[in-house]
Amino acid sequence: MNLNIFVQHFINALSLGSLYGLVAVGYTMVYGILRLINFAHGDIFMLGAYFVYFATIVYKLNWFIGVVIAIILTTICGLLVDRIAYKPLREAPRISALISAIGVSFFIENFAVVVFTGMPRPVVQPPILMKPIELSGGVRLIPLGILVPVVSFVLVGALLWLLYCTKPGLAMRAISFDIEATRMMGVSVNRIIALAFGLGSALAAVAGIMWALRYPRVEPFMGMTPGIKAFIAAVCGGIGSVPGAMIGGLILGFVEIMSVAFFPTLSGYKDAFAFLLLIMILLFRPTGLLGEKLEDKI
Amino acid sequence: MEAMLKIEKLNVNYGAIHAVRDVSLSINKGEIVTLIGANGAGKSSVIRAIMGLVKGKAEEMTYTSPRDGRAVSIQGRPAEDHVKLGISLSPEGRRILPQLTVEENLALGAYIRDDKQGIAEDMEYVYSLFPRLKERHRQKGSTLSGGEQQMLAVGRALMSRPDLLMLDEPSLGLAPILVDEVFGIIREINAQGRTILLVEQNAFAALKAAHRAYVLEVGAISLSGTGQELLNDPKVRAAYLGG
Repeated sequence: MNLNIFVQHFINALSLGSLYGLVAVGYTMVYGILRLINFAHGDIFMLGAYFVYFATIVYKLNWFIGVVIAIILTTICGLLVDRIAYKPLREAPRISALISAIGVSFFIENFAVVVFTGMPRPVVQPPILMKPIELSGGVRLIPLGILVPVVSFVLVGALLWLLYCTKPGLAMRAISFDIEATRMMGVSVNRIIALAFGLGSALAAVAGIMWALRYPRVEPFMGMTPGIKAFIAAVCGGIGSVPGAMIGGLILGFVEIMSVAFFPTLSGYKDAFAFLLLIMILLFRPTGLLGEKLEDKI
Repeated sequence: MEAMLKIEKLNVNYGAIHAVRDVSLSINKGEIVTLIGANGAGKSSVIRAIMGLVKGKAEEMTYTSPRDGRAVSIQGRPAEDHVKLGISLSPEGRRILPQLTVEENLALGAYIRDDKQGIAEDMEYVYSLFPRLKERHRQKGSTLSGGEQQMLAVGRALMSRPDLLMLDEPSLGLAPILVDEVFGIIREINAQGRTILLVEQNAFAALKAAHRAYVLEVGAISLSGTGQELLNDPKVRAAYLGG
């Protein structure tokens, strides 16, 4: 394997891993606050990709505007899912909300089939993102391959800033430990939960858009596999931890790409490797890499 | 004089369990009022219903804010509204946030406020009441001892600048020397103009500190009077003060 090919694989793994991470952050935030696995999160990701497809290819808007509109619409969808499917079940047993989440996921996927048809649609990649750049040593890079991890890291960095340096972030962290105690402090808990859903959905939209650019097409079930993998990433990293979700995503991206790169004959098993990794991590660290031990309340 | 908090015939049910029966009480501005009773008598349920954390049914539940003198019904409102009105609660079991630092816990207590300078001043005020917290302001809540966590819970409840401070079992699990210290601080907070509703199992300390007291027995009020009257009441002495 020469340097050029290795760099290609590396960048590829970084891109894929940061996309998983970006989606995983949404799972981990909602889980951290509500102890709910938001199965519809992968489908929110799919909606982001479709919205950008319609905005830029069907309605021929400029890419920048199209992306902004897609993020806004996806965020609204994420908020609606919380309002309609989860908020009425806040006081219900957790299993009810979980089943509601599975239902929402099936609903969005099949609704997308009805509205968008099941046919995959090609996404036209902006040429500026695809024009290879020559580096020294014969290494060639596609700008999209750099853009994806850079955007992902900047967004997760911004999220960490919000969580650790702002008042809504403080409330969000507090809610994840004790909702009632946080409510006693005057925090409008439902507003903070909506903020978590909104932020998670916006990040999923960005991930969906970048995913659609990488594999230039959209289809109604495109959110399923990345959704499951991102969930694995969130669990590996320690569910509830935002940096953990990003690290889990990167590990998963590297395992997938590098296993194919070094053992091409086993490429059909790349998903098996991903799940094997999950099982191994959970056997040795049941709370995930950065997961915190559950502390007893005194 | 109009009471600051007036409760008429409060009832709280948990399924088939009738935890609070027709409890009426009032608190005047500037008072320390205590609600004493045995474990399971319904003391916490009363305070949680006042705060809006459990649903209670009352004929009247009125809070008159000393800020504008307006009387409002606080029945059926969420807890966050109470904080904005000027009521705050240091809950039973402390309920501090273990993974947040002492400082972050206090900042959370000031969540409804935006005046940065005032918040910084109040944080210093809390640190002056509880110097231990200042030493540990960067430590996570989970690393504090039980007594320090109790101080943090009281300090956090003060950070919203409440007019009515409700304390649920502030002495629970504390060493006797700390109990005296906590009650001393409660009197000090009261002397600075805050009205206090104190729920306690430690009847002796609570009655000594309180202006007025109510005794709760299996969900209903059986006695009421000034702290001194109840301290000398033979029934109270027999039941709660060990003869």
